[in-house]
Amino acid sequence: MNKKSKVVRYNKWGYIFLIPFIVIFLVFQMIPLASTIYNSFFENYRAGLKQIGPNFVGLQNYVTIISNGDLPTYFKNTMIMWVMGFIPQILLSLLLGAWFTDPSLRLKFQTFFKTVIYLPNLIMASAFAMLFFTLFADSGPINSILLQLGVVKEAFKFMSNEWSVRGLVATMNCLMWFGNTTILLMAGMLGIDPSLFEAAQVDGATANQIFYKITLPLLKPILIYVMITSLIGGIQMFDVPQILTNGTGDPMRSSMTLIMYLNKHLYSKNYGLGGALSVFLFIITGILSLVVYKFTNSKEK
Amino acid sequence: MKKRLVSLLAIATMTATMFAGCGSSNGASDDSAAAEPASQEEIDAEAAAVELPEDTGKVLNIYVWNEEFKSRVTDHYPGYEKVDETHGKIGDVEVVWNITANENNAYQNNLDTKLLEQESASDDDKIDIFLVEADYALKYVDTDYALAMSDLGITSEDLADQYKYTQSIVTDSTGKLKGSSWQACSAGLIYNREAAKEVLGTDDPAEVQAAVADWDKYNETAAKAAEAGYTMCSVNDTYRVYSNNVSGKWVQDGKVVIDKNIDKWVDDSKALVDSKAEDTDDLWGDDWAKGKFPTGKVFCYFGPAWFFNFSLAADEEGSIANQGGWGYCEGPQSYYWGGTWICAAAGTDNPNLVKDVILTMTTDKAVLKEIAQKDQDCVNSKTVLAELASSDEGNVELLGGQNPYEQLAAGAENVDLSNLSEYDQGCNEEFQKAMKNYFLGNATKDEAIEQFQKAIKEKYPDVEVQ
Repeated sequence: MNKKSKVVRYNKWGYIFLIPFIVIFLVFQMIPLASTIYNSFFENYRAGLKQIGPNFVGLQNYVTIISNGDLPTYFKNTMIMWVMGFIPQILLSLLLGAWFTDPSLRLKFQTFFKTVIYLPNLIMASAFAMLFFTLFADSGPINSILLQLGVVKEAFKFMSNEWSVRGLVATMNCLMWFGNTTILLMAGMLGIDPSLFEAAQVDGATANQIFYKITLPLLKPILIYVMITSLIGGIQMFDVPQILTNGTGDPMRSSMTLIMYLNKHLYSKNYGLGGALSVFLFIITGILSLVVYKFTNSKEK
Repeated sequence: MKKRLVSLLAIATMTATMFAGCGSSNGASDDSAAAEPASQEEIDAEAAAVELPEDTGKVLNIYVWNEEFKSRVTDHYPGYEKVDETHGKIGDVEVVWNITANENNAYQNNLDTKLLEQESASDDDKIDIFLVEADYALKYVDTDYALAMSDLGITSEDLADQYKYTQSIVTDSTGKLKGSSWQACSAGLIYNREAAKEVLGTDDPAEVQAAVADWDKYNETAAKAAEAGYTMCSVNDTYRVYSNNVSGKWVQDGKVVIDKNIDKWVDDSKALVDSKAEDTDDLWGDDWAKGKFPTGKVFCYFGPAWFFNFSLAADEEGSIANQGGWGYCEGPQSYYWGGTWICAAAGTDNPNLVKDVILTMTTDKAVLKEIAQKDQDCVNSKTVLAELASSDEGNVELLGGQNPYEQLAAGAENVDLSNLSEYDQGCNEEFQKAMKNYFLGNATKDEAIEQFQKAIKEKYPDVEVQ
């Protein structure tokens, strides 16, 4: 009898330790998710000081979002800017990670450099975007330099060219996140058994061969993790383009991301359309994560 | 305390009318608001009979979008003591400044939320005073959220010296006045004297006016300015001159309508941008502000009197304003810009103080004259403006000693606000943003208009676009 009750008590502790997670998950994840889906079935917005709704409209909000055709455009913009930022970011991070973890290079001041590359991430994205906005303004310092060097004849309008705006957004995202990615990849690289490297060296493998044949394959789990988190972060791209383009996504909304679009609806307190759009984003994120996961895992088999 | 509050609320709700459907603006019914209200005597009689309950609030909450009114109160309201950037004191009452930036409807959205919570808010959190701009004054005027001036015991006699237009805009559909302003914001063209000498060979206001008297002449002058290496101004500077002279409202019968004068702005501006006579800088940005200095090479700005003091960087060494290098003339079409109206919020627990602030800041001639002289504001008093226009007291240093008050006063008489709608801020901002794409060659005119309509649909879900 006595023994049995002791077992039950231990089980109880397991549940008790789970409570903080369950509570936080319910309050900050589950309930908002459910209420978002619930809201998406209602017409619910404010026109000036008048509240319209909530009136149940079924799938009307979903139909509106699909039929106006904006969703694919903004999805494309988001993905273009994410890819433009992610490719240089992952290459840079792999290179830096390989250098930092290679004992034969004996890099000095490692801690200093690791701190420096992580620093951009500590700046608020909005402050960073403001900085770039000022730097690349028509009469900003970059234009003055270009003018004085004679590279351009008259100020280049960075903010009114589709690809320069996208490029700036991608550059900022890359600069902000490559430090974070480097540290993640380094952790992965340091987790690889050093005896494998030694064995490869003994067998006469070059540094390139070691990188491609040993480091990369063994790094795959971390790479998948980096890919998925970065992808989800990319789909949620908001603050940088929002501040840089003053919320317009100009020129002609070519740098308008999905979340900026969502923000437009939420700004006018249009909870119905906002909810429906959020549900679409939820589905898109889910599908993309699955694709990345399957794609990167299938090679292993 | 509660009882007094309730009684005041009761007064407010009894006197103010529920005017449902103020969103579907029908031209005829709104025009009547601009006409002389028939029941002026009744309203005055009502106002005379009002006995305000004693002030019980310890906090005076003021909602506003910039520093302007704060600095006016700090400088000119007797007994106001500054505590810090957002707090002050009048006697025992703490004054709290709730400042939210205006752009992208942020101020309106914040104010809407707070007004909807007004009834349930604690005494110290209730809004006592909120300020509105012409672009969205209508939205608040025809609601119960703003107290009528007569509910505060302010009569038409108290306000008799004000310009008609400053009252018609804040008069609700029953003829009651819901706000009061210390400014009359007729505006004109503020030109760089050096540039005028170079381009036109003269900096005399009358002769410069002749060179920009209508849009054709203005465009010719702009071409000359471009030849001389100047930028005339930004397309966004001229926008309001066109948009104030429209023949209909932005939203008619729940539909967005682009007026032909606004269409003319698009065509004129496109031509000027293409010939590099104008640029597309956003107002208030760094690129736009460069013209305040001689090196910016900007011919002119468009602005009312508050622009002199608030926007020309007169305090900065080396700016054109600092050297008294600007001149003022009426420009191609008469127009107004901005203007700030003080509204008393229903449910205020400091009605006497609110009344005193409104009366002091908008009708006390001594205070208004002080404001005009210290801040170069075009004040809302016919007497004070006449005094200033006829004497050297009205000479403005940053205009090189020119006295602009006669033109300003004449402009204030001509302002016509009959085509305002409550959607103006959103429509004006989004239209300018969308058209920038057309001016810079990133879209055709139709594409840009389509994008404008898209943005309006997002901002005002209740408005139809074609």
